[in-house]
Amino acid sequence: MAEVTLPTGEGAPLGETQANFGRQGAFAEFWRYFGDNRGAVVGLVFLCLIVLIAVFAPLVAPHNPDDQFRTFLLQPPAWEAGGSWTFPLGTDAIGRDMLSRLIFGSRYSLFIGLVVVTISLVGGIVLGLIAGFAGGFLDNAIMRVMDVILAFPSLLLALVLVAILGPGLFNAMIAIAISYQPHYVRLTRASVLTERSKDYVTAVRVAGAGLPRLMFLTVLPNCMAPLIVQAALSFSNAILDAAALGFLGMGAQPPTPEWGTMLAEAREFILRAWWVVTFPGLAILLTVLAINLVGDGLRDALDPKLKRS
Amino acid sequence: MLRFLLRRLALIVPTFVGISLLSFSFIRLLPGDPVQTLSGVHSMSPERYAALIHQFGLDRPLWQQYLEYVWRALHGDLGTSISTTHSILSEFLTLFPATVELSVCAIIFATVIGIALGIVAAVKRGTLLDQATMGTALVGYSMPIFWWGLLLIILFSGILHWTPVSGRISLDFFIRPVTGFMLIDSLLSGQTGAFRSAVSHLVLPTIVLGTIPLAVIARQTRSAMLEVLGEDYVRTARAKGLPPWRVVGVHALRNALIPVITTIGLQVGTLLAGAILTETIFSWPGIAKWMVDSISRRDYPVVQGGLLLIAVIVMVVNLIVDILYSLVNPRIRHVR
Repeated sequence: MAEVTLPTGEGAPLGETQANFGRQGAFAEFWRYFGDNRGAVVGLVFLCLIVLIAVFAPLVAPHNPDDQFRTFLLQPPAWEAGGSWTFPLGTDAIGRDMLSRLIFGSRYSLFIGLVVVTISLVGGIVLGLIAGFAGGFLDNAIMRVMDVILAFPSLLLALVLVAILGPGLFNAMIAIAISYQPHYVRLTRASVLTERSKDYVTAVRVAGAGLPRLMFLTVLPNCMAPLIVQAALSFSNAILDAAALGFLGMGAQPPTPEWGTMLAEAREFILRAWWVVTFPGLAILLTVLAINLVGDGLRDALDPKLKRS
Repeated sequence: MLRFLLRRLALIVPTFVGISLLSFSFIRLLPGDPVQTLSGVHSMSPERYAALIHQFGLDRPLWQQYLEYVWRALHGDLGTSISTTHSILSEFLTLFPATVELSVCAIIFATVIGIALGIVAAVKRGTLLDQATMGTALVGYSMPIFWWGLLLIILFSGILHWTPVSGRISLDFFIRPVTGFMLIDSLLSGQTGAFRSAVSHLVLPTIVLGTIPLAVIARQTRSAMLEVLGEDYVRTARAKGLPPWRVVGVHALRNALIPVITTIGLQVGTLLAGAILTETIFSWPGIAKWMVDSISRRDYPVVQGGLLLIAVIVMVVNLIVDILYSLVNPRIRHVR
């Protein structure tokens, strides 16, 4: 867009300030809508808190997550009879501090979410742009492959991929990212198809921009809104799916303090020690809930169709 | 309509080729030797090994192996399970009704309650009731259902002793499978208490599996209702002096339900993914638990066959949903 000279006398500086103002205005507008949504703000604050806890885990956690206090097996939380403030949320079956394990677990969950979203977002954008721009055979080929992936329930596909790649956190993340791929490809392609025929794209094309520039700098920024919302949604889904894989024994392996893996280890104590089952799940639920609240806020703020004008 | 139908049907072919290619390559992609993977035997004489290679057709070119695989699959031959030596298709068919029964109950539970909650939230928009309903729906949507299942077991089985922990029916009853659906079979058996036992086994898994679809349907119903309630024909209906329940329940709901129906259809994939966790927690003998068990037992021929069957089912259900949707909403036929 910068190549277009405005016909006014002092065109260039004016155009620049306008563009600048437009960008700030867009952010202010976004923030106005986002801030209106009380749930979204609460979710964002809580999410920031979890991020801080994850970053400073070694400073926040009272114990090392792998230390086994053999004299305190399955000690209940502090407020229950038999509990003590040395282990505020109690200990697990081999005497590890629940609170410390939960704190370190937040690192895994956020990391999983981040990696899965990055892989599937980048892959989805590239494939979606190619499909949208190329059309014809390439478009068909890409979309049919996505149809095939969609025919498998995501968790089943992830399980099978993990069986091929071998269990473990890293492979679980790759498997989940692959099973999310079609959503990003479809979204990107759909936005590209609507944007491609618009005047500003034609203008840039006529101005002589190459295909990569057209794809990534001209069209892509205008396709981002639905992708950002989808990214927020799959961030929380990735945490849920990774925890589910851990729960089924195909994700992070013990003694990793990943929340789903902790739940799998705790399953046999379900009727004897409620705290080893309750807290890891609660941690998953609250984290996912916070991200979904933010995601809803993002959708309301970014989706012009739902805007209350 | 015919053109839409034909185009939609034509799309099935590449998808099926892709699905079968994926399940075909599964065995070959696994680490280790395909002969050992397929036979489940890890030490054997070279003669036996050579014989097995020939028996599995592994000495022929890949494309021939693939065509052979598809040909057999189309004739219902998916091989045999290593651990039980039963035909994979017949195992699948005996276990499938359990999954269908659970899924159908879950989707009915989710639809009835989800639509009701969505309507209430939309009609009482902005009130505390609306916020509470939608807040609960978001919690349900964010729920790790494997944990939710464990919580329900702690409460209803551990503390209250209301429901059993696992299985489809109490071991006191021997039910001969007629339809494969325990609710029907237990009634047919005529044993007193059998139906009650089947229901009590079904309640918790239904709630667990239905939770996420319920939340999705409630949210979708609310936003669809809000959109429709602002339309002119709803105002006209109100102006005519119709009672509010008629305006909401008949005029608005009928139109609001169109997108909701698609949402329900799209939940089939989610439901099967959820069934993996639900069936595992409650030891529900369906196909999802069968798949998980086979993966951990390294019974890979079963995984291969199950993958193909499940993907075909999802594909067919999606096709039916698409066709039904185009019948309800003719506009979709002309849009690409």
